[in-house]
Order: sequence, then C-alpha cells, then structure tokens
Amino acid sequence: MIRRAFNTLVVALFALLFATIAVTYTEQQTLPKLAAGYVKLVPQELGAPNVITGILLTYRGFDTLGEVAVLFMVAAGLGLVLGDSTRRRDAVPAESEAIVPSTELVRNGAAILFPLISIFAAYIIMNGHLSAGGGFQGGAIIASGVMLLLLANPEYLVDHDFLGGTESLAGVLYVLAGIAGLIFAGGFLDSRMLPLGQFGAFFSAGAIPIISVLLGVKVGCELSVIIDRFRG
Amino acid sequence: MTNLPISNIVLATGFILVLIGLWGILTHRNILRIIIGFSLIDTGIHIVIVSIGYVTNGTAPIIDRALGPSEAPSRAVDPIPSALVVTAIVIGLAVTAVMLAYAIRLYESKKTLSIDAFTESKW
Repeated sequence: MIRRAFNTLVVALFALLFATIAVTYTEQQTLPKLAAGYVKLVPQELGAPNVITGILLTYRGFDTLGEVAVLFMVAAGLGLVLGDSTRRRDAVPAESEAIVPSTELVRNGAAILFPLISIFAAYIIMNGHLSAGGGFQGGAIIASGVMLLLLANPEYLVDHDFLGGTESLAGVLYVLAGIAGLIFAGGFLDSRMLPLGQFGAFFSAGAIPIISVLLGVKVGCELSVIIDRFRG
Repeated sequence: MTNLPISNIVLATGFILVLIGLWGILTHRNILRIIIGFSLIDTGIHIVIVSIGYVTNGTAPIIDRALGPSEAPSRAVDPIPSALVVTAIVIGLAVTAVMLAYAIRLYESKKTLSIDAFTESKW
C-alpha cells in the first residue's frame, strides 16, 4: 500500500518534469551549424550520399570503434557468466526433457525464409553508403536469421569456434583499416584512402563499403553467439 | 496540410514510454518484467533523442534525386542525433543481454524469479 503510493508519487513527479519539457519545446527551424557542416561536407569530401553513415564511419569513427569494443566485451562477458561448458553438460540429463523435433511446416518455412533474410541483410550492409542502412543494421538482421534457425530447429548446433574466429578476424581487420586511414589519409578510419569513385555508384565513397562489410560480419557473428549462449 | 507540432508529439510519445517503463520497474516483482521495463526506458529515450533533431518541414539527410547536394543544408533533418541513437541502440542491447544473463544465474541459485527472494543486500 505504502509502496504503491510511493511508486505513484515517483511516476507523477517524473511525468510533471517530462510534461514541462515536452510542452515548452519549440521545433528547430534551421539546422545548427555543426549539422549543416556535416550535411554539406559528407557528399562533397567523402562522396557518400548517406550523411549518417558518413558521420558514423569517418567523422566520428572513433566512437564506432568504442562501440565495437563494447560489443566484444559483452560477448566475452556473457561467455564468462553463462558459457560454462560443464554446466551445460550437467544440466541436460537432469532436466529429462527429450528434445522434440519441430514439425515439417516449421522446418520448411524456416528453410525458405533464411536465404531471403540473408540476402536482405547483405543488401542492407552493402547499401549503407547509398541509402538507409549500414553495418550494424545488417548485422542485426543476420542475427535474427540465426535466431529463426535456432527456434525452428531445436537440434541446430551453432559452431562457436567458427563464429568466434570470424568475429575476431573482422574486428582486427577493422582496426587495421582504421590504422591504414591514419597512414594513407587524414586520420583514424579516414575513408579517403581508397578513391572516391562516382557519386551514387555502388563502389564509391572510398573505404566506407569495406568498413560496412567488416562491421556487419562482426556484429552478425557476435549477436549470433550471444543468442546461442542463452540457449544452454 | 495543417502544421502539426511533430517534434512535440514524438517527444511526448518517447516520454510516455519512459514513464511506462519506470512504472514497470517499480511495480513488478518478476525479474524478467523488470528487465522489460528497462528496455522500454531505453526505447523511449531513443525516440526522445531522435525527435530533438527534427527541423520543420525537413526530410531525411540522404542525398538522392529528391534532395540535391546544394539544397541539403536547408531542407535536411539533423543527422547527428540519429547517428548517436545508432550507437545507443547497440549499447542498450549489450546492457539488456548482461541483465538477462544475471537473471538466469539468479534463477539457478534460488529457483524463483521473484526479486523478493533476494534479500541479502537489504539493510
């Protein structure tokens, strides 16, 4: 009773604070100077039509490196908390639940959907510099395809060694690409080390497509490993 | 077309999501529902951040046939909050994954999902 009244009071006070902000906020009429600078510079200097990908992968590439590091730390940390292999082996006979194979409808549906999901994920990764998309988004879609396989096929075993090795290799290549930007072009992860190409073409915008592919592979493998850890 | 205050509407939606998540964290006793409350707060904050970048009658900051490179600085929406939110979504996923892992271990130690069973840290 006291707890419920206290909860209501806390939520009401927060609602008052938020209502003050939401009501007195006025929309921006023009872009702020930094944003206008980015919108002008990304097509001009980087040759990428998608301004947000240009910001994420070149002008603020160091933040993206930090994000890659956070994902790796989470995968490693989950391996520590959940991935004890002796735990997994002991838990299965104690539960005494036989693994029921899925029905034909589910298996065939998943077999049809998974290639489509993979193609869509590859399209989103490769199209990151031309339209909405990018490495992180495509990697999440691949992981959702893997989750579909895990749900539809209970005996599907994810190869942790292959995924872990691929993810580490992609991460190392990403850092090397950043250092190559330091040596050959303006700064860390500067994508101008490769030629800019024709604006709007598939192979353009310097090294941004390559960095997108590396990010997509890394994020996809990492999220698949994370999802599989929760299964044991 | 009437000029709806789009920024304020989306801002209010984000704040309502945050309030719902906060209420869920405070009220529920089941650990998984508390984690869902955290996830709702994350999503609400992301919507709030994106809504701040909206410029009146602006369009997406992608240069194509509809938006040429010369008129982009006057008609595009602020791209920086969207870039920040891409990072924030990944961080939210990481925090949720770690919370769920701890929930699994807590369940294995006490065989219950109610946080009233974990009283060792209470004063």
